[in-house]
Amino acid sequence: MRGKTGIFFKSTEFYLLLVITGLVAILTVATEDFFTLENLFDVLVSYSFLGIMAVGLLVVLISGGIDISFTATATVAQYVMAIFIIRHGGGWWLAFLIPIAIGITLGALNAVLVYNLRVHSIIITIATLNVFYGVLIFVTKGKWIYSFPDWFANGLRLFEFSTVDGIVYSVSLPIIVLLGVLGMTGFLLNRSSVGRQVYAMGGNLDAARRMGFHIFRLHLFVYCYMGMLAGMAAVVQAQLVQTVAPNAIVGRELEVVAAVVLGGASLAGGAGTLLGTVLGVTLIAVMQNGLTLMGVSSYWHKVVIGLVILVSVSITAYNRKLEERRHAEIDV
Amino acid sequence: MPSHISFWEQCLETSEESSADAMEREDKGSFLELQNISKRFHGVQALKAVDFSLLPGEVHCIVGENGSGKSTLIKIISGVYTAEPGGEIIIDGVSQPRITPAGSIKLGIQVIYQDHSLFPNLSVAENIAISHHLQPGRSLVNWKKIRDMASETMSKIGVSLDPDRLVEKLSIADRQIVAICRAIATDARLVIMDEPTSSLTRQEVDALFTVVRDLQGKGISALFVSHRLSEVMEIAERVTILRDGMKVGTYAASEIDDRKLAYLMTGKEISYSSLTEDFDRGKVVLDVKNLKKKGNYRDVSFKVHEGEILGITGLLGSGRTELALSLFGMNPPDAGQIFVDGKSVRLHSNQEAISEGIGYLPEDRLTLGLVMDQPVGDNIILTVLERLLNRLNLIDENRRRSSVARGIDDLNIKVSEPGVPVNTLSGGNQQRVVLAKWLATRPKVLLLDSPTVGVDVAAKTGIYGIVRRLAENKMGIVLISDEVPEVLYNCHRILLMHKGRLVGEYLPHQTSEIELSQKINEG
Repeated sequence: MRGKTGIFFKSTEFYLLLVITGLVAILTVATEDFFTLENLFDVLVSYSFLGIMAVGLLVVLISGGIDISFTATATVAQYVMAIFIIRHGGGWWLAFLIPIAIGITLGALNAVLVYNLRVHSIIITIATLNVFYGVLIFVTKGKWIYSFPDWFANGLRLFEFSTVDGIVYSVSLPIIVLLGVLGMTGFLLNRSSVGRQVYAMGGNLDAARRMGFHIFRLHLFVYCYMGMLAGMAAVVQAQLVQTVAPNAIVGRELEVVAAVVLGGASLAGGAGTLLGTVLGVTLIAVMQNGLTLMGVSSYWHKVVIGLVILVSVSITAYNRKLEERRHAEIDV
Repeated sequence: MPSHISFWEQCLETSEESSADAMEREDKGSFLELQNISKRFHGVQALKAVDFSLLPGEVHCIVGENGSGKSTLIKIISGVYTAEPGGEIIIDGVSQPRITPAGSIKLGIQVIYQDHSLFPNLSVAENIAISHHLQPGRSLVNWKKIRDMASETMSKIGVSLDPDRLVEKLSIADRQIVAICRAIATDARLVIMDEPTSSLTRQEVDALFTVVRDLQGKGISALFVSHRLSEVMEIAERVTILRDGMKVGTYAASEIDDRKLAYLMTGKEISYSSLTEDFDRGKVVLDVKNLKKKGNYRDVSFKVHEGEILGITGLLGSGRTELALSLFGMNPPDAGQIFVDGKSVRLHSNQEAISEGIGYLPEDRLTLGLVMDQPVGDNIILTVLERLLNRLNLIDENRRRSSVARGIDDLNIKVSEPGVPVNTLSGGNQQRVVLAKWLATRPKVLLLDSPTVGVDVAAKTGIYGIVRRLAENKMGIVLISDEVPEVLYNCHRILLMHKGRLVGEYLPHQTSEIELSQKINEG
């Protein structure tokens, strides 16, 4: 990851960059609307909440676990936050503090269960997804929430500017949060001791235990971090669509898993980079956007995404096989 | 037997002598002192009142069969397990009532586990300097410090690996170097090595021993836990022998030899006698003519008779394993012919090899031979499922049961019942399960690749006994091994392989261990 251009040209990130560039070129030629500032900004804004959750999931995957429950966490956080600020008012700090606190709490619950039950985290978090979501629907009866206070509806905007045709662009809330999360996570994964311990634990859990790592604290950290980012994504999504609905986020967890795995993170743990995840999300975003612009039915989107994942995973597997074969020859 | 008793007494005498010798040295103050250490798991006594001491800068070896309590003792020293009340651990003269893994590292105790316990996804430098991330109060990573620490440690023992390379891309030997570097990167006082030589070639073992002597010069103690007695005896100053969780004694390495060690470990006298050529030489069951595979081996021709045990020996990388895989259809040769029972066969897959009557006991039984978390019984019948089918093409429960029972019985596999998973068995018993699996296919030729790697002395003898019995029952056997005594005492004929070619043929009663080892290393 550090330096070494030679390694970069063999990396997942490089292949993804090639695919994305190719896709962008095709879409630019095939559609009029794709390569416009307006469209690209739209894509960035509307996929940023997916990106934020993907970053959280990346950290969990690196640690050797997986979290499926984050969409339910985000939805719970959204409901509590929305109800609170509509009833009692408040400001941006509260709009973030509440969902973050909820996210961390639910994340901690996941961590405690995963650590103590020693059952694979995919099972635990599928269970907690259902529990969180079920309780939420029971309590709220699945009601939609509109009518946010004005300050929330207007959102946050920095660096406003307008083009000659009069469209106003700005660095809005989703972009601010996404960039903040990317910066924070990048620092955490590469520059902080806890981040490196997460990588190490994902690479070899037994070794980490023998070296005296605090395995429970690391579990707590990764699942709470995931919860926190799910909470932040919840605010971004609610602000963007101006509603809170029970089925807006839940159901998209596999899309996020796909994006992160596409970006080179391994379900076996220990592998994955922030750049890869960003590119993974970008690929999915560009693909869906392009298909929409070309007028392809949304059902086909899923087919295409599925195929892209299959192809990319096969390429990775094939490369590994080549590598192994090369390695085997040295041994003889 | 009276002769045994006298031998035993003789050993006990020397034991007392050497402990008196040790007492003298202890005046300098031992680094580690264990007193009355016991440990019990679910009613099984793993260790019983063991005393142990280790001097600063000493190279000490703990030997014992599987299940003798070696690993438990190591884990108590490294804080993974806690000893039962009544025992005492004294390090540097200070009693340590409760040691945790992190605590033992702080006290300067580092363990290099058999699997190396490295982080494959991290760089060499980060693996060596992993303790950097664990320093209390440190929340940020100083990459420069990590690289400095790594290069400093590597130069300390005179090795240089690319610090940015990922550990998963390294060879096993290089990984071991990284593990050693990690162990001494912090202020290690004692480095414990669990089976350090089992995956190394002779040259790599020599390099390892140089490093250990170097550490010794710096006052760092080394504690080996090993099966490979002859190697470890080259470097150890003292040897502690465990049997059934109890300490048999501690001896100076100079007063002990292979035979005595084997006796002390097992409590049984093990006799070595070579086979003569005088076996019932029947027809040729395997005939290999001019076999060739690019990059693996060439000009390989040999015959195996009914009832013959043919040894093939050579260094790691001489092509012996590749040849075995070719005979088993998993590495098809480029040219040449193979005849089984006089019939020319082409082997492109292991299914073909099995149906032609060839069985293969792989070197790495864990990855190639067994489904580790499956029951013993299911493993035994794995290769013969189609023979157990009934009229409905389902597995006939009665036939399955009798097949499993026969396998367990024939090979004296020690299991409470066939339903227990294979990974709960000892190495020797696992090896017997693999053998049982292949015998179920009723092969004409059985290829054994390093059949006793990781198996203790007594279990080895058991396996050799089985192999001889199979040969007596007219099976042709090819025994591939780099352990000289193994081929010398268990084969009728020995072929020497070097750089992919067969370079010599020896008869066991006309050669010696020394001659054969020399030839292997010269080629």
